[in-house]
This record gives sequence, structure tokens and C-alpha cells, in this order.
Amino acid sequence: MAEQTASNKPVVATISLAGCFGCHMSLLDIDDRIVQFIDLFELNKSPVNDIKKFTKRAHVGLVEGGCCNDENVKVLRYFRENCDVLVSVGACAGNGGLPALRNKMPLQECLVEAYLDAPTAELGKAIIPYDEELPKLLDRVYPCHEVVKIDYYMPGCPPSAEVFWDTLTSVIKGQGFDLPVELIKYD
Amino acid sequence: MVRMKNQIQSIAEKYSNDRTRLMDIFWDIQDLHGYIPHKALRVLEESLDISTADLRETLSFYHFFHESPSGKFNIYLNKDVASQLKGHEAIYAAFETECNCKFGSVCMDGTFGLFETPCIGLSDQEPAALINLVPFTNLTPQKVKDIVAALRAGKELAALVEQYGYGDGANQQIKTMVCSNIRQLGPVFGEKISTGEGLAQSLKSTPEQVIEEVKTAGLRGRGGAGFGTGMKWSFCRAAKGSTKYVVCNADEGEPGTFKDRIVMTEYPEQLFEGMAIAGYAIGAQQGILYLRAEYKYMQDYLEGKLKDLRAKNILGQNVLGKSGFNFDIRIQFGAGAYVCGEESALIESMEGKRGTPRVKPPFPVEVGYLGCPTVINNVETLAALPYILKNGGSWYKGFGTEKTPGTKLLSVSGDCEKPGVYEIEFGMTVREFLAMVGAKDAYAVQVSGPSGECINAQQSLDRKLCHEDLSAGGSMIIFNKDRDLLKYMRYFMTFFVEESCGICVPCRAGNIVMRNNLDKIRAGHANQEDLDNIFAWGQIVADTSRCGLGATSRNPIVSSFKNFPDLYKKLLDEKTNPLYDASFNLEASVEDFDRALKEQNQIGRNVHA
Amino acid sequence: MPKITFKIDGKQCTAEDGQNLVEAAADNHVYIPTLCHMKGEKCLGTCRVCMVKVNGKDMAGCTLSVSEGMEVTFDTPELNDKRKALIEMLFVERNHFCPSCEKSGRCDLQALAYRFKMHIPRFRYRYPFFEVYSKVDKLMLEHNRCILCQRCVEFIRDPDTNRKIFSMRNRTNKSMIQVDYRLANKMSEEQIDKAVAICPVGAIIKKGQGFDEAYGQRKYDQHPIGYEVDGGTNSK
Ligand SMILES: Cc1cc2nc3c(=O)[nH]c(=O)nc-3n(C[C@H](O)[C@H](O)[C@H](O)COP(=O)(O)O)c2cc1C
Ligand code: SF4
Ligand code: SF4
Ligand code: SF4
Repeated sequence: MAEQTASNKPVVATISLAGCFGCHMSLLDIDDRIVQFIDLFELNKSPVNDIKKFTKRAHVGLVEGGCCNDENVKVLRYFRENCDVLVSVGACAGNGGLPALRNKMPLQECLVEAYLDAPTAELGKAIIPYDEELPKLLDRVYPCHEVVKIDYYMPGCPPSAEVFWDTLTSVIKGQGFDLPVELIKYD
Repeated sequence: MVRMKNQIQSIAEKYSNDRTRLMDIFWDIQDLHGYIPHKALRVLEESLDISTADLRETLSFYHFFHESPSGKFNIYLNKDVASQLKGHEAIYAAFETECNCKFGSVCMDGTFGLFETPCIGLSDQEPAALINLVPFTNLTPQKVKDIVAALRAGKELAALVEQYGYGDGANQQIKTMVCSNIRQLGPVFGEKISTGEGLAQSLKSTPEQVIEEVKTAGLRGRGGAGFGTGMKWSFCRAAKGSTKYVVCNADEGEPGTFKDRIVMTEYPEQLFEGMAIAGYAIGAQQGILYLRAEYKYMQDYLEGKLKDLRAKNILGQNVLGKSGFNFDIRIQFGAGAYVCGEESALIESMEGKRGTPRVKPPFPVEVGYLGCPTVINNVETLAALPYILKNGGSWYKGFGTEKTPGTKLLSVSGDCEKPGVYEIEFGMTVREFLAMVGAKDAYAVQVSGPSGECINAQQSLDRKLCHEDLSAGGSMIIFNKDRDLLKYMRYFMTFFVEESCGICVPCRAGNIVMRNNLDKIRAGHANQEDLDNIFAWGQIVADTSRCGLGATSRNPIVSSFKNFPDLYKKLLDEKTNPLYDASFNLEASVEDFDRALKEQNQIGRNVHA
Repeated sequence: MPKITFKIDGKQCTAEDGQNLVEAAADNHVYIPTLCHMKGEKCLGTCRVCMVKVNGKDMAGCTLSVSEGMEVTFDTPELNDKRKALIEMLFVERNHFCPSCEKSGRCDLQALAYRFKMHIPRFRYRYPFFEVYSKVDKLMLEHNRCILCQRCVEFIRDPDTNRKIFSMRNRTNKSMIQVDYRLANKMSEEQIDKAVAICPVGAIIKKGQGFDEAYGQRKYDQHPIGYEVDGGTNSK
């Protein structure tokens, strides 16, 4: 268990992997409960506050997006090791979502189509971009639970603010969560 | 073009433009053209009054029908377990080298087409292949070389077969490589009986009395399900309808089974006579032998036997002088589909459709072939009838055990000295069985094929072969200690995956799910949860599937786990951090990317264009 | 027609003798979910989602006819889990990316998954490759979403010849729906609309008609599936 913080507030961390940040937007869309959120939770590593490294263990990690490159995998594993409970958030984290449309074809075909044969590619000069600094693409997009153990899933693209609220508040209480039917949506 | 149109039209007319005879029509077209051309479908569309899409529905279902040009010689190599145990790999490689093409394709000049197929009913003489449906047995790489060279040199296929069969060479009319390998006969099939005796005896009684006699004998179906034969007949006799059918299920698709093959080549008279007895009992005038395409080589032989029987008035009008009892038999070929052994799928296939098991109820005894009450019995069940009717039900009941009377033909293959067919009395112990077949070092026995049970030989020595203990359907495949058992269980799962008709969700999707988990286990990536999942999911597939295929597809895994738990447990992954999924391998996942960069950026057409 | 009584989970029900169980249940306000059965039509028995127990044996509800005194077990954790598993198999078997699907919000598969509270399938996604078939003038076949329920195969026929327009090709997981190109091009607008409507998922798509209902206004945005039968009482 994460050590109790000075404020005794449960610690939450969030990350966006191969996602569009739509899920994060939805999280911020909880209207006035954002104040309540700040009261109830302490936010550690997250793109929202730009904390780059965990400064303490988190109770709950929220992962948006699946894994499309090696960096996603490393970050996801880093999250898994630093969060007691890991929640897969949204369609992309759960089944790869839109990025996983490429899963139906070999990676090479995708890259050739996107960078070499694209109408905008400059003939003779186009290459598949690569640099030491750039992450390497995986052969396909992996849902998070194919890479690490995931404890809970929030459906939706993105999950509505209510789903975030319901999930966070019940997971923090140590309960599994039982979303009402009306809140379960895949789109 | 006009010629093809005429040809196709006359084929359709030969079968009265009857769409229910589509299987025969396709076979005739394929015999003529080597495949079923799209243009032929256009002609059939009008002749049979069904759409091209409908025709393709049937056409695309069966292994042996080709939608595109096939080879002059189409080689179907058995890939099943019995073949694997006898060196399938080397034969596979030899065919690819000699024919100069890959399995699943036709070679450049169109001479050879190479295809793989599950069990072809020759497990006692593997590796074996069918070349234009003629069996070639006990193959070696050298034999493959010789066969392919001879065919390439223009030699006739038939000229390559020199041995006489059946009856192990006794029958001088038939040349075939297929040996009967009857190793032991028992009190039923061992008895000399003259053709027509059992039927003559039956015709002296009323149909009801015949049914009673069969009930007294306690005969249960030998096709797997073990349903009481007399009971089945009485349902059909009672069913409303003036036209009824007797169908003999000779689809024999369960891997490792070949005892029906022996019945058909060695006891064809008894089989056909048995069908006539059944016909008399239920009030049918027409019998149909649904014969798997893998046994098409028996066609002339069996047709000849039917002719003989007609000459003897065992078939025909007023059979054996019994006025008003007319009965005849025709042969209907399948085209490669295990599921067509399921009785309602078999009926669909006989009606020229996909081999999709029907929604039940109604059962075939009420609504069967062409909507009429139909009895479907296994080859062995029917062939036992003349003996039973001649000697009486209580005679038959004297053999075997209290609950499973009678005798059983076993097809024995795999790691033993004497593969072949054995007639045993029910109740034989596994110990006796292993001694009988010369299996000195047996580790596991796959009893009744993949849909049956994989037993631990040494722990089951005292188990008895009978319905009340170890149900023996016919197939017995023996594995020695040095065999990688899970490799064969994986093959069996693939068998079910590939043979699922695809109509219902659990069987179509669930078998793959189970096989994927087995793969995960075999790769050393699974944890206890993955293992538990197989059984939970297997239960769901079994409970929700439409037919017996889905109901038993989990058996290879479930029974091998039950009897060899350590094989599984030692493969479980205990090293990987339980927070990670061991099957995800980061290095392997970026290989494609590295390769794409290398291939496209360095030698890529755009860069150097 | 004489009435008979039977029980579903102990609840007393009445029906016509021999009535189809799924339909008889609906008349008694019990929603037995199905993806293939259509009221008044012949039973297809493909999706298996309607599993019930009769005399302790698992049976597909759509294949059963009710009779006097019949006792049906329907709503148990075990049966519900089986139903859910079947739905989950369908999700992983093909590529269901709901956010980009025209049928989302009015798709029976999706709606049933909601009803059974599927957050994620328990099985691994397979991401098979299927091309969209778009040769027919007015419709497309989106194989990625097809659940092979056979509704289109059985219930859509060429009106002049009664020949099949849709059919199933291949077997096992290679099975897919195919259309008779020439007959499909003869289909009337109404018949295309019917095909689109009876397809429980977004596999039959009418060309030129996309997302024509707003998010929040679609059929299953209003009420969960089965609502018209049980008024929402049984959807937990
Ligand atoms: C997938 C499947 C395959 C079957 N294959 C065969 C077969 O090849 N031969 C056979 O006689 N019965 C087979 N059966 C059993 C038949 O459905 C049927 O029970 C049997 O033919 C009845 O004959 P019997 O009562 O004489 O055994 C199969 C059943 C299933 C579910
Ligand atoms: S699930 Fe939808 S909203 Fe969330 S990251 Fe993926 S695409 Fe964006
Ligand atoms: S068909 Fe239904 S389940 Fe499939 S993607 Fe479309 S909305 Fe989702
Ligand atoms: S296209 Fe639609 S109606 Fe036809 S089988 Fe597929 S899911 Fe069913």
C-alpha cells in the first residue's frame, strides 16, 4: 500500500500513452467537482501537473491509450510498479482504439503507405523517420492488459466525467466498482 | 463456352435438376474439369433455381471441392496425429521438394496440387496420402520420389498400385495399397454367416418383433453417442410419414478411426443387409450410404456389391420374396468435413447444403432427410444386425458387460507393434488391451479420438472399455513416453478449430480461445489463472454449442490435464513479475520496425529511385 | 389456442401451447436476450445468447417450445456469465471499434454488452484482417463487424425468384457473409433498409447514409435493450 501522505489524501497518477488526450479532457470535464477532486485526491505524476517522475507511490494510476511503441511499454510498466491499482481508461487502453486500426495489416505496409507512398511524400527523398531519440513502433498496438496486469477498466471513448468520478471514488474506497448500465458506453 | 454450358446442363439433368443432389452435381463437374468453374455456377443457377451465392455456400464448405483450377494430380497428405507419429514431417518435405511447390498450392505447370487433410482413415498404415483420391500408404521419402517421378513421366496413376486387396490380397479384382490389418476377430464378426440369412430371419417376423429383438440384444449405436438402436428405430417407426429413410453414417471422421473402412471392405454384404433389416423394421424403402470422400476409392467395389445383392434379391422389389417389402440403397458422397458425421449435418449435406448441424428438436427420427423420418446408424451398428437377427438378441446380449452388451471393433494406431482392427468384447481392461496390441511402453492412450479421453495408460490399467467406464468409440491412438503429448493435444484443438462448421459462436470463436491459451502454456508464458481459464471457458463452449463438436472440443485439454497434470504445471511461468504479462516480449515486438527501417530506408525504392 | 402455464425462475407465466420460449417470455415481460432470433421468424440458433436451463440441461431458448408445467431457469449468475462470455467472444473475434461505427448506439451486440456490463472482454482481441466489401451499388458489407447471425442469409431473398442474396462462405473462423452481386444490385431501397435494420450490428451499411442520429438520441441511448419487454426491471 502507498504510504499515507501528510495530507492523508489518496494519491492519483495519470498518463496518456497511444491516446488522443480525449480521456484526460473528459477527466477535467467533471465541472465543479474538480474542486472536490482537489480536496479528495492528491495528484502525483500526471500530464496535468507535469510531474515527470513519481515522487511517491500512487494508490491509483489511470492509463489512457494503448501501447504503440517501446516507450509506451516502458512507461506503462513504470506505472504498474508505482501504482497499487491500475485502471485502463477508455477504448484505446482497452482494445487499442483507433490506433489499433493498423493492427489488421503488417507494420511495414503501414509505414510504407504513410511515409513513402503517401501523395505528399517527396519522391526519392522520403524515408521512414527514425532517430535514436524517437521511440520504436511495436508490430501492432497492444491493449494495456496484454502488457501488464490491469485491475479495472473504464469503458468509453472517452469515458464520461461521471464514469471517472464513479470509478475514482469507489476504487479509492477499496471497492470494486459497479457502473450503472446507463454509464457504460463504448463510444 | 456453349459446350461447357451443355455439359453442365446435362449433369444437372442427370439429377433431375434437383438442388438436393448438389453434392453429386459438384462431384461430376469436378471430375470433368478438375475444379468447379465460376461459369458452371452461372449455369447451375438457372438449372437448379438457386443463386450463385447459395451455390458457393455449399461449394466453399468442403475440403475436397476446388473453386479454382487444381492440379492434374491432387495430393492430399494426411497431417493427423497417426501420421505425425510415423514421420509425417519427412514426407511433407519430400512432396514439396519433388513436386516443386508448397502445400496449399498448385505447382507452376499445373501437374501437382499439394493439400493437407485431417485423418483419412488409414491410421494403421501411415504416413499415407490420397492422390486423386487413390490411397498411397506407408510412404517414405524414397517412395514419394518414385511416385512423383513416375507421374511426371506420364505413368497412369492406377498403374502405380500393384498390390491386390481387400481381404489382404484375397480379392483379385481390386488393386489397392490399403491393407485390412484385421488382427483379431471376436464372436460376432468372426462368425461365418451366409449373405441374406439374417434378413431372411427378420422377414419371417413382424417389423415390431425385429425391433424387439434388437432391443433384447441391447445394441447401442457404435458411432459415438451410444444411443439404443432398437429405441431409435421404434421412434422412427412410430413417426408420421409414409416415406422413411435408412441412412448409414460412413463419414468416419474421428481421427484415428478406420474400423468402418474394414467393415465396408470386408463385410459389405452384412452392412447392406443390415440396412435392409433396418428398412424393414422402420418401414423404409430407401437406404443411403453416406460415404466420406476419403473413401471414394471404394466406389466401384461397393457399387459392385450392391449389384450382386440386387441379383440375389437381397435388395430390390419384394426382397427375398417378401411381397410388399421393397428396398434399395444408393451411395452418397461427402466432400471432406468431419462435422458431416454429426447426423443432422449429414442430412444437410445429403440435401446438397453446407454440413451445418440442425437446430434440434426436431430430431431426424421425426424430421430427417427431405423432411421425412430417418434412422441414421453407424456402419458397425448396421453390420452387426444380420448376426443378431440370425442368432437372436439374447445370444448377442451374452457378450460384453451387463450394461454394454456385445462386441466392438477397435481401430488401433500409434506406438504399438500390431496396429490394425480388433474385435473385442466390451469389458476388456486397458491392461489386456495394451498386451493384445503389443504396446509395451504405453504412456497415454487417446481413447475414442480427440472427442474422447486422453488416458494415462499406466494409471488406467484396470479401467474397462465399456459405456459404464471408459467409453470406446473405436479410435485408440497409443503414445509412448518420449512423445510430446501436448503437441498432439494442440493438434487436436486445431482439428476442432478447422472442422467447426462456424455456425454457432462458442464453437467458432471458443475453440480458438482455448487453443490460444494452450499455446500460451506451451510457450511457458502462462500463469495459474490462464490455466484455470481454459477449463472455465471450455465449460462454457461445451454447454452452449449447438452440436457435439463444440460439446467435446475441450476434451483433449481437459482430459490430458486431468490425467497428466504435471505436464501442464511444470510449464507454468513462475519467474516473470506477476504484474507483467509474460507473453508480451518487447524485443520481439520491435523487430518488425527494425526490419521495416532496414528494408525500406536502405534499399527502399524511393530513397534510391 | 389453448393457454398453458409455465414458469421462468419461479415466475408464473402463461402462453399458447408450443409457443416459442423467447416470444412467450416476452409476452410475460421477461426479456431473454438474443442476437439472431426474430419474432415470428424461424429459429436460427446461431448466437446461443438465449441459453436457459430446462430440467438441468443447458438449452438455447430460441429452439424451445413452451409446454404445460415447463420450468425454465433463466436469470442465474452462471447463465448470465455464459451469455456475457458469448458476447465477449464476438467482440474479440472481429474488429469492433464502436467509436467509428455507424451502428453505434443502435447496435444489439453493443447494447447487450452494456446490459451485461462488459467493460472489457475476458478473451484476447484477435485483430483479424477483413476487407470491406463495397462492390454492390447501394450497400457495403463491413465484415469486421459481422457476427454471422444468419439473419440476412435467411430473411432477405430476391423477391422475384426467392433466391438467396446473402449467403455464408467457408467454415470455422474463416466463415464470412457473401452477397450475390447481381441480385444485390436489384435490391429495392426498402429491401436495403430492411437488411440494414435486421442486421443486429453495423455489418450491412447503406451507402450514403452514415451517422444519421445524434449521439444521445439513438435507440439505446434512450433505453437499454430489452426495455420494451421488461421495462428495465431486469437490467441490472
Ligand atoms: C462432430 C460429430 C462427428 C460425428 N462423426 C460420426 C461418424 O463419423 N460416424 C458415425 O457413425 N457417427 C458420428 N457421429 C455420431 C452421429 O451423430 C450419430 O450419433 C451416429 O451416426 C448414430 O449412429 P449410431 O446410433 O449407430 O451410433 C458424430 C457426431 C458428432 C457430433
Ligand atoms: S479512448 Fe477515445 S478519447 Fe480516449 S484516448 Fe482513445 S480515442 Fe481518445
Ligand atoms: S457493430 Fe456494434 S459492437 Fe461492433 S463496432 Fe459497431 S457498434 Fe460496436
Ligand atoms: S451481415 Fe449482419 S445480419 Fe448478416 S450475418 Fe452478419 S451480422 Fe448477421
